[in-house]
Amino acid sequence: MAQTITEQIFSRRVGHDVRPGDVVVAPVDFVFSHDGNRPQPLETFRSMGGVQVFDPSKVAMFLDHAPNVHTPAVAEMHRRMREFAEEQGITLFPAGRGISHQVLPEEGYALPGRIIVGSDSHTCTAGALNLLATGVGSTDLAVAMMLGKLWFKVPPTIRFQLEGALPVGVFSKDLVLHLIALVGVDGATYRAVEFHGPAIGGLGMDARMTVTNMAVEMGAKFGIMEADDVTRRWLRQRSLDDSGAVDSDPGAEYEAVHQVDAGALVPVVAEPPTPDRVRPAADLGGVAIQQATIGTSANGQLDDLRAAARVLEGHHFAPGVKVYITAASQRAYLAARREGLVDLFLDAGAVIGTPGCSGCTGASGFGVPADGETMITSANRNFIGRTGNSLAEIYLASPATVMASAIAGSITDPRPFLTPSRSVGAA
Amino acid sequence: MSGRAQRFGDNVNTDYIIAAQHKAASLDVREMATHTFADIDPDFVSRVEPGDIVVAGRNFGCGSSRETAVHVLQALGVGAVLAQSFARIYFRNAINSGLPVFECDTSGIVQGDQLEIDQGRGIATNTSQGERLPITPLPPVMQAVLDAGGIVAYLRQHPDLTLPDLTAPGSTRADQPTTDTHPRGAVR
Repeated sequence: MAQTITEQIFSRRVGHDVRPGDVVVAPVDFVFSHDGNRPQPLETFRSMGGVQVFDPSKVAMFLDHAPNVHTPAVAEMHRRMREFAEEQGITLFPAGRGISHQVLPEEGYALPGRIIVGSDSHTCTAGALNLLATGVGSTDLAVAMMLGKLWFKVPPTIRFQLEGALPVGVFSKDLVLHLIALVGVDGATYRAVEFHGPAIGGLGMDARMTVTNMAVEMGAKFGIMEADDVTRRWLRQRSLDDSGAVDSDPGAEYEAVHQVDAGALVPVVAEPPTPDRVRPAADLGGVAIQQATIGTSANGQLDDLRAAARVLEGHHFAPGVKVYITAASQRAYLAARREGLVDLFLDAGAVIGTPGCSGCTGASGFGVPADGETMITSANRNFIGRTGNSLAEIYLASPATVMASAIAGSITDPRPFLTPSRSVGAA
Repeated sequence: MSGRAQRFGDNVNTDYIIAAQHKAASLDVREMATHTFADIDPDFVSRVEPGDIVVAGRNFGCGSSRETAVHVLQALGVGAVLAQSFARIYFRNAINSGLPVFECDTSGIVQGDQLEIDQGRGIATNTSQGERLPITPLPPVMQAVLDAGGIVAYLRQHPDLTLPDLTAPGSTRADQPTTDTHPRGAVR
């Protein structure tokens, strides 16, 4: 029977053919939690009578949501997590190491064909590496930590067939915002979504992870890409195993197929308060901003910082605009520093955050906007109050659009800053 | 169970239920609960009474996976949530934590309506308006978890996560409360 990527991975892992709608208990290859979880999965684990996690090499914890350790409650939570990690012999990634969704692939945990659960809704990010990764709550996470398995319903799959290539100045953030607008914020609820086509083939891994990261913003359980030459090269360069790679079978059944010409897309922003309120950036030129934030699990990778730097080179921030820039991981931060990007940002007057979720939610202890301010951010959510102040307005965009807006002082299409004749700077 | 409706709209995300900074300020769910819905309904905490039923439109609980968004409602004594549809993670979290969540046509329910939920018969009754609203049955696996009082209690009875009725008809919905009953489908 022809199967989608999701159906194949589940079938392989449970030992028999599955179909959408089937309920399965499947093994999990990697399980992680973070410091934003209340309760902590470790607490639930103990209340379930958990003594030892199923396999310490397959469980990790990340101190990424509050990397500035800015309250006593956060410090206490970090202390409890460190103690649990030591007791269980599991890896704890400390504050400053970066966001789980970026560190997971960096550390070689996200391999094709795997099943990963994390206590974070953006766990689907790892699907860019051709695997099933999904967010769960603390309690499900604790079950997975204890038993090494979890029950799942095999979801139907929606296919995005993305033709053409993104034009200069249009990024994978613009692409995924467009797709979210196409189906709506619950348009893929309880579904797996697969992203295929030459427009994906033309993207590097950093850009791909922006797309799968935001699959949950349309409600999806998994966001998945096939393992193509780019994926395999990325894995081989890191001496990682690509043998579990899976592509959808010809004739696999999709609940819906959306065909999109990526070559026709333009830079966009999502207006508050939902990620599907998408409009061309050029149409919002009258919207003044007082804050610009670059980073988060959606767009804090090295290629994102490079794109922002290319826009910034030779310009300066508009008076009165605060600019906060954070690498998603320490490795991305170090690489950006080696390329001179961090100096460029600092010289321009940006505030550099601690690698991690800095500036994403109000729990990160960084980059909270003032009452009545308007901010533009490369993050994935523009909900009221998301960044810690319900009296501020949040617009979502690519790092290039965020930087162009910081330079102009109002929402701005970045393409004039990125014409091919311009120096490509550090990138 | 019965209670008064506390009415909300579509796409109520978990940041609206409990904003992230309150998780960083305290580890005590009762303290966090004093900020429930603060950004979109500042009077909610003073208005809500034990037994009240939160009523919402589509996609309740979307966004972050924070399970606190279930626990603050429980800490305030909310008896159940009725919505047109739920986001996936919230739906699982609620059942895992023993908070009854049901899908039904909530469009006619207004703030303050008296509601009665008869789980066994699968009916929510809006006694203020004399309306009977069929609720979508939970899939067997989730009904079993809810009946046990949550997944912690369920695991005490089934330590190896044995699931009920995996082969029974009707077991196909699992963590999917929204099915074809919503003709809008995936394509808009």
